[in-house]
Amino acid sequence: MFVSYKWLQEYVDLTGITAKQLADRITKAGIEVESVEVRNKGIQGVVIGHVIEREQHPNADKLSKCLVDIGEGEPVQIICGAPNVAKGQKVAVAKVGAVLPGNFKIKRAKLRGEESNGMICSLQELGVESKLVPKEYADGIFVFPSDAPVGADALQLLYLDDEVLELSLTPNRADCLSMIGVAYEVAAILGRSVKLPTIELHENNENVHDYISVRVDAQEDNPLYAGRIVKNVKIGPSPLWMQARLMAAGIRPHNNVVDITNYILLEYGQPLHAFDYDRLGSKEIVVRRAKNGETIVTLDDVERTLTENHLVITNGKEPVALAGVMGGANSEVKNDTTTVFIESAYFASSVVRQAVKDHGLRSESSTRFEKGIDPARTKEALDRAAALMAEYAGGEVVGGVVEVNTLQQKDVVVTITLDRINNVLGTAITKEEVAGILTNLQFTFTEHDGTFMITIPSRRADITIEEDIIEEVARLYGYDHLPATLPIGEAKPGKLTPYQAKRRHVRRYLEDAGLFQAITYSLTNEAKAMMFALETATPIRLALPMSEERSVLRQSLVPHLLEAASYNRARQVENVALYEIGSVYLANGEHELPNEKERLAGVLTGVWHAHLWQGEKKAVDFYVVKGILDGLFALLGLENRVEYKQAKREHLHPGRTADMLLDGKTIGFIGQLHPVVQKQFDLKETYVFELDLEALLKAEVDDIRYTAIPRFPSITRDIALVVDEHVVAGDLERAIIEAGGELLKDVSIFDVYKGDRLPEGKKSIAFSLRYYDPERTLTDEEVTNVHEQVIKAVEQQFGATLRG
Amino acid sequence: MKERLQQLQQEALEKIEQANDLKALNDVRVAYLGKKGPITEVLRGMGALSPEERPLMGALVNDVREAIQRALEAKQATLEQEEVEKKLASEAIDVTLPGRPIRRGNHHPLTRVIEEIEDLFIGMGYTIAEGPEVEKDYYNFEALNLPKGHPARDMQDSFYITEEILLRTHTSPVQARTMEKHQGRGPVKIICPGKVYRRDNDDATHSHQFTQIEGLVVDENIRMSDLKGTLREFARKMFGEDRDIRFRPSFFPFTEPSVEVDVSCFNCGGHGCNVCKGTGWIEILGAGMVHPNVLEMAGFDSKKYTGFAFGMGPERIAMLKYGIDDIRHFYQNDVRFLQQFHRV
Repeated sequence: MFVSYKWLQEYVDLTGITAKQLADRITKAGIEVESVEVRNKGIQGVVIGHVIEREQHPNADKLSKCLVDIGEGEPVQIICGAPNVAKGQKVAVAKVGAVLPGNFKIKRAKLRGEESNGMICSLQELGVESKLVPKEYADGIFVFPSDAPVGADALQLLYLDDEVLELSLTPNRADCLSMIGVAYEVAAILGRSVKLPTIELHENNENVHDYISVRVDAQEDNPLYAGRIVKNVKIGPSPLWMQARLMAAGIRPHNNVVDITNYILLEYGQPLHAFDYDRLGSKEIVVRRAKNGETIVTLDDVERTLTENHLVITNGKEPVALAGVMGGANSEVKNDTTTVFIESAYFASSVVRQAVKDHGLRSESSTRFEKGIDPARTKEALDRAAALMAEYAGGEVVGGVVEVNTLQQKDVVVTITLDRINNVLGTAITKEEVAGILTNLQFTFTEHDGTFMITIPSRRADITIEEDIIEEVARLYGYDHLPATLPIGEAKPGKLTPYQAKRRHVRRYLEDAGLFQAITYSLTNEAKAMMFALETATPIRLALPMSEERSVLRQSLVPHLLEAASYNRARQVENVALYEIGSVYLANGEHELPNEKERLAGVLTGVWHAHLWQGEKKAVDFYVVKGILDGLFALLGLENRVEYKQAKREHLHPGRTADMLLDGKTIGFIGQLHPVVQKQFDLKETYVFELDLEALLKAEVDDIRYTAIPRFPSITRDIALVVDEHVVAGDLERAIIEAGGELLKDVSIFDVYKGDRLPEGKKSIAFSLRYYDPERTLTDEEVTNVHEQVIKAVEQQFGATLRG
Repeated sequence: MKERLQQLQQEALEKIEQANDLKALNDVRVAYLGKKGPITEVLRGMGALSPEERPLMGALVNDVREAIQRALEAKQATLEQEEVEKKLASEAIDVTLPGRPIRRGNHHPLTRVIEEIEDLFIGMGYTIAEGPEVEKDYYNFEALNLPKGHPARDMQDSFYITEEILLRTHTSPVQARTMEKHQGRGPVKIICPGKVYRRDNDDATHSHQFTQIEGLVVDENIRMSDLKGTLREFARKMFGEDRDIRFRPSFFPFTEPSVEVDVSCFNCGGHGCNVCKGTGWIEILGAGMVHPNVLEMAGFDSKKYTGFAFGMGPERIAMLKYGIDDIRHFYQNDVRFLQQFHRV
């Protein structure tokens, strides 16, 4: 809502307060003033001039030579390029020495040999936006009414010396979508009174019912419909002050009748529509839901197909307006219109919102109906419009009002105690202060023993309950006066849940292990949605996606991590190690929320470690990633419960992929990207993993128990086992541990060999075994006994032989 | 004989002095003090001396031996010391060469901000509540006093999946769910961080996915002044002890009264600068007293219980705090961006 500071003074006394100060006060009291626009963009010395003579410039086809009276001494000669300049016009003249926007100084000049002492200005040249300039003056100079006083300040007449406050209204403050509404708000803030417009309506002795009748078939959508007839109007420009005020408010002037309806809309917040009575095509108005497939050509010359969800004004046969949104072209007020039917109605917000939504058509009218108007002003606004049409369009108001009124208007009364106000706010506001605020708001109330009974005026439909009154009191009392306290009452320590705490440890571990935390989008495309997923379900699609790329919820974090790696690689960041903790979404049937499962995933590619001058360089490989994950399992106390199993998964290298099992249940995978996918994402050798984080963090683990520090020496024996190449180290290790029993404390692999010195199809794996007994020093013989059992076990189970 | 001994001592000491390594020194030792050395020879010739002279000469021989021995030891120590120093000198390294790097990653800046806020409120007795990102219309809107057809639903254009299920547009549904779980009994004191989604085109200041942190306190006798005190505490811990806050009246369907909360500019201290656009204040939070309809819908008696709620955007806070100019940075995961947040 744009509020002209000058216009606002019609309704509330603003003496002693500048536009800027007013804006601050309004903002502080609850309505954000987004900007205060100074309409004068640096103009000086522009006055009203009277074109006494106009003739063709002798040397230029498109220029006119004018003699203009500017109220100072002799008339001056001005060369003008506007096509519409004519003798007798009152125009805006930038005198010699004047300044126009952009610090454009007007000097005496010679144009094609003719002297020019100033410039006749268009509105655009005075800083008015093109879209606000009346159409007839769009390509030329603005012509003032003939009574404009010569030599007067043109800016003042055009309200270009004004300042405009732009209010950013929250949905609850629809009352401020009108100048009067804003005036009430300002009056409440300043503690001043509101002056409402006086309406001098002179009706003739005809009866409106002889002209028109109204029937409302959809009373829920339209509880109040009122209309008047104004005849013998003469279409022409509206008064300059009205045009100026409309432009200040961001509305382009058209003609007196249309301007008056727009003016009332701004003044009262009541949208009006003026029909050309003679073009209505009947003597009745019927308000009803549209029929499916019915059409109307609206004022913007667009044919719109309607459904029964839309409300229309009809002439009994066909629609003449889309209710509350836009009139029909068939009944538009034109230059030859003589009789006008003015509609002032109350349409329900839901039906208007539906039409706006379906037709993508939002107007000043529809915005107000959508947010809710004050029905108490509907008829007053109608009377005021009729009176203005009589005054400024030379019309004659036909006696009486046609009206259908089924509105059930009940006063809203809110009862609240002073204690309640102070208890909720934490303040010590007095009875008198509350009463003062209510008085300034112009709410009627009674007060007895600290209990206020307040009748809420219909313009403030946002106030219905005690809390609304508390808010009114708080904002006008001033939040700066609110004390700052802390809640009293039971104080419990706050802390993270075990899950949340462990998740933080996981993050820190991975970061200290060298991975950066990434956050990627949850929405992806159909193709990526199920890629790499540990579990899959029917993809969950948005009903109305913004793009195909963000249309489906992900089932794995890996694809977007790969995109991130790819994004980095495209920017010459080749070494990437990222992890993400986030949800995947698995459908659970159409009417249920999906299962959201928290996953941990990572992507690693490029050089893992480089310390070149000492000859160290290590690229990311399977075992780098596995080592990180082993550390993670150890962090969570699960190192002995997780097992890696060679696996085949789509999109991963068939020989370099493993599933991870926790207590025998698959909880994730790790693997090298399949070359095809690698190419698809434009990456080099890349490794990924994804884990079911919830399974990891929710696994029950024992508390830490101290075990005694070794007091006796341990004995270490190494063995190199030759086995078939398909035997995997993990199986050998498990067999060794089993056979080694109590005394075997540590098994580690220190060499793996495959090559010339072994028979074809064989490999050797060397283990280091450490034996220890916490109770005593082991003898060589005891160790040898156990060690031989170990060797026997692997011989029997895997046909392993000792490498000589 | 006496002269001979003195001459030998003189000679030996000179040679010791001249020895410049341990081997040369040892040669001197063997040459003078060895069994075949000249001093032993002198001793052998003692038989020709008179019994009176013999002890005197014996004592003299011992003195000479000791003098040479002492000189040998002293020289040995010197030479050893020199040897060590030589070895150390040869072992010198260039300490300015780079160390073996430790590879470290770090938190995403949003996590950094979120954890800081979480910890701050945990210190004030809050717990962290989480909830689903795919949410029922009921929890996302209706339970928050936004019935179907409410004009304020315009304010949040949402990603619907079905008519009843959508991607949550704020973390407030977690508040509704938590209150419901409390079955009408306070106190409730929670912080809800999480991802939220809106139908926005991604650009420098908009993201269809972003994060929010909300807080909720419901108990008997919760006052709006408690909200002010709590948020002032938060602002000071988060942005510096000399920060102040101010409330500006606003509107949210789920709170009444509602306010927007500004923090005095942490860049200029309130005098006005680029960061605060010259106002001295930065809008950081939306807040208010929980609307009685919201309390009632979640099963709380709004005559007995009151509460406050607040919400903020970690992206905005991170952008202000670190001077980040484009919200898309948070979701592109450019390593050159992420690694800037490695410091404590």
